Amino acid sequence: MIRWLLWILGGILLGGIVHLATVLAMPRAASKDAYSRLVPITPVNAMVPLAAPTPQSSIMPFMDPAFAVAVCRYDLSSGSIKLNAPVSEAYTSVTFYTRDSVAYYAINDRAAGRRAIELDLMTPEQHAQVPEEEDVTAADRLIIDSPTTTGLIVLRALAPEPDFLPMARSALAAAQCHIEPVQ
Amino acid sequence: MRLLFGSFFTFVLAAMIGLGATWFMLTRGVAFGSLTIGAWTAWPKSGSQEIDPYAHAIISRDGELPIGIGDGVAFYARRDDAGHDFDGRCTFTLSGMTPPARYWTVTLYNLRGGLVADAIDRHGFTSEEIVRDVDGRFTITVGPQARPGNWLPTGGIERFVLVWRLYDTPIGVASTTMKEGPMPAVARKGCS
Repeated sequence: MIRWLLWILGGILLGGIVHLATVLAMPRAASKDAYSRLVPITPVNAMVPLAAPTPQSSIMPFMDPAFAVAVCRYDLSSGSIKLNAPVSEAYTSVTFYTRDSVAYYAINDRAAGRRAIELDLMTPEQHAQVPEEEDVTAADRLIIDSPTTTGLIVLRALAPEPDFLPMARSALAAAQCHIEPVQ
Repeated sequence: MRLLFGSFFTFVLAAMIGLGATWFMLTRGVAFGSLTIGAWTAWPKSGSQEIDPYAHAIISRDGELPIGIGDGVAFYARRDDAGHDFDGRCTFTLSGMTPPARYWTVTLYNLRGGLVADAIDRHGFTSEEIVRDVDGRFTITVGPQARPGNWLPTGGIERFVLVWRLYDTPIGVASTTMKEGPMPAVARKGCS
C-alpha cells in the first residue's frame, strides 16, 4: 500500500516537471508562431506590407483590422539595421519582437517626437563596438539592442476610418529597413 | 517485476498529469499578471520582456504578436458583466466611456482570432468613427440583426470574443490597479 502511494507521489512530482518543461519549451518548439508564419511571405532585412486580415484569411490571429501593417524580418548576423519610418496622419507605432515573439521594445510617433521614427537596431556586441563619441554626438540617434540575432520589426499605422486605409498604407510604403554592413 | 510495473505506472501518470496540465493552461488562456476592469481583462506584461512563461507559451502556440507596452494595451472579453458567454445569436450592448487613450479600437473575432464574415463588412469601430451622445458617451450594439447607430454585426456565430485596444495610453504601463477604469459596461439584451 505504502509502496503504491510512493509510486503515485513520484508520478505527481514527475508530472509537475513534465508540465514546467513543456511550457518552457513551447516558445522554441512552436512551429506556427508569428515568425514562422512570416518566413514564407517576407524577405530578410526589408520592409514589406502585410495583407490586411479578412474573414477568409488572416496571417496571424487577433490582428487589428483598423491598422495597416508592415514587417521587417531582420537578421543582424551581417550588420546592424537602420530603420526609417515616416509617421502617418493619425497614429504610427513600431514594435520590436524577438525570434520567439517577445515584444522587447515599442515606440509610437509621439514618443519619437519627429516626422519620422529613426532607429538603429543592433546586437549588444555590435552596440559595444560603436565608437563612443559617435554615440554621444548623435544625441538623437536612438539605438535599440536586440536580445536575439533574428526577429521582427512591426510597423503599424492607424486608419481612423476605413477610407484612410490607403493613406496609412502609403505612409508605410515609404518606410525603410536596411542593413548596414560591419566595417 | 514489481519495480518495472511500478515505474511504468509512474511514468504514465507523470505524462498524463504533466501534459494534461500544460494543455489545460494553454487552451484555457491562463496567464498571470492580469488587469481586469468589469468584463474586460488585459495582460499588460505580455507586451514586454517580463511576459510570464504561460503567456509566452500561449502566444507562441497561437502565432499571435502581442501589442507592445509602449504601443498600447489590449483588453479581451468573452462574456458580459453578468457572466453570459458572448453568443453571436444574442444582442449585447457596450456602453459608457473608455479610459484615457489617444485612440482606441474595438474588434469582434471568432475564438481562433479570425474576423467574422458579415453583410456590411464591419468588424469593429475606432474611437474616431463611433457616434457619441452630447456628453461623449456611446453605445455599441453587438448582434446578428442591423440596428441604428453603432451596430457591430456578429454574423450569427456561436461564440465570439471582443478585443478593446487602447493606443498611447497610461493604462497598464504605470500600475495594475482597478482605479484607472472605466471600461464600457457589457449587457445582454436578449437572444433571437
